[in-house]
Amino acid sequence: MINWSYAFKVLPNLLRGTVVTIQLALLGVLAGVIIGTIVGLIRVNRTRILYQLATIYVEIIRGTPMLVQLVLIFYGLPQIIGFRLEPFTAAFITFGLNSGAYTSEIVRGGIQSIDRGQMEAARSLGMSYFQAMWYIILPQAFRRILPPLGNEFIILLKDTALASTVTLQEMMRIGQIQMARTGQPFPIYVMAALIYLVMTLPLSQGVRYLERRMGAGDQGL
Amino acid sequence: MIKVSRLYKNFGHLEVLRGVDAHIKRGEVVVLVGPSGSGKSTFLRCLNYLEQPTRGEIIFNGTLLGNSQVNMNRVRQEMGMVFQQFNLFPHMTVTKNVALAPMRVKGVGEAEAVELAHDLLGQVGLADKVAAYPGQLSGGQQQRVAIARALAMQPKVMLFDEPTSALDPEMINEVLDVMKDLAHEGMTMVVVSHEMGFAREVGNRVIFIDEGRFVEEGTPEQIFTNPQNPRTQAFLSKIL
Ligand SMILES: Nc1ncnc2c1ncn2[C@@H]1O[C@H](COP(=O)(O)OP(=O)(O)OP(=O)(O)O)[C@@H](O)[C@H]1O
Ligand SMILES: [Mg+2]
Repeated sequence: MINWSYAFKVLPNLLRGTVVTIQLALLGVLAGVIIGTIVGLIRVNRTRILYQLATIYVEIIRGTPMLVQLVLIFYGLPQIIGFRLEPFTAAFITFGLNSGAYTSEIVRGGIQSIDRGQMEAARSLGMSYFQAMWYIILPQAFRRILPPLGNEFIILLKDTALASTVTLQEMMRIGQIQMARTGQPFPIYVMAALIYLVMTLPLSQGVRYLERRMGAGDQGL
Repeated sequence: MIKVSRLYKNFGHLEVLRGVDAHIKRGEVVVLVGPSGSGKSTFLRCLNYLEQPTRGEIIFNGTLLGNSQVNMNRVRQEMGMVFQQFNLFPHMTVTKNVALAPMRVKGVGEAEAVELAHDLLGQVGLADKVAAYPGQLSGGQQQRVAIARALAMQPKVMLFDEPTSALDPEMINEVLDVMKDLAHEGMTMVVVSHEMGFAREVGNRVIFIDEGRFVEEGTPEQIFTNPQNPRTQAFLSKIL
């Protein structure tokens, strides 16, 4: 017997979890952008040792399931460091590292898509490599990578559901708890899915808008 | 002002410059002509080390370039460069394009840099375009902005790499006129260009480069009307 009233009874609880979900996604993508920019720059610049370290990092993250990384950090790491991280901390580290690896590839592609002449013009004016990157290349690259970055954020937002496996009280975990309490998985999970959808739909609309605006060229801010 | 000796540049196995010597004096306008792929751009780009020479010496203003003691960012401030494809910064207004390097490289204050930018844009005939973005300008206008941008660093030499060959014919003169003004003001210039009129009017010297060597040089008159080397003759007969 599906009792739809449960979908609404558990809504306030789910929404409390949504707050955690959003916090995790936002912090994760923020860390991802910072890590991704640094790693992306390293991989463009090809300074030997750093480049190899960066490549290893990207390959490890991209080549292993996020779920494995998450349980490794939460359940595995205590065997080495002697204590268990807070669920949120463990999830944040995992999502930050993950987002960083994927974002670094986006950043690298964005930088490499900028015409070589831009760097040369900047250097010919006496700017250092880093000044040229900062004032000329990155602003243009970021405008181009905003749509893929938006997509990355959408994926990350959905992936936060994985954090339920390390007992983080985000939306999915709360759904599971409520489900166990009420025996009404269908309405509760439908409600959870709807909440994810309400968040992701406007985001993908935004990405599409950005993509259309990109088509109009680089000019202006 | 610039003394180049035995300059070689290889890209892998490709020998692009094969022992080039040149002496560019203060206030001189040197025009470089030669077939496509002969190494004209590479020569210019070696002068300001956008391209690292394989061998040879470049002495600029008494400084031997290329050793680790020399800050190339410093040196490049004194060598303006103008590119065939303009390479303006598309995400900034024209004013910002010109003001950026003085502000960030020389530490000039914003108000002063903007004033300088407006002055220079006025000089190249673009006083009414100071708020425009590069994408809103014609090719000729963009190239004039690019010249103003290079001038904003108050360079001692200006390097031009085919500044008019990406332009529609009706825009070539507006750019050449700006360059002629510069020449008349005494700017030292190295110009890769096949614009004979320009070379004859303000060029002190024309150098013909072929297959990475300076084959012949002389006054515009000598080179264009009475070339000695058969390769120069063959090349000129094609472009005249
Ligand atoms: N970065 C590079 N890597 C490899 N080869 C290069 C590079 N830059 C130039 N070359 C080669 O060097 C040769 C000379 O190029 P350069 O651009 O100096 O010729 P150019 O005289 O300026 O010709 P154009 O009139 O077509 O501009 C060409 O064969 C070109 O393909
Ligand atoms: Mg060229």
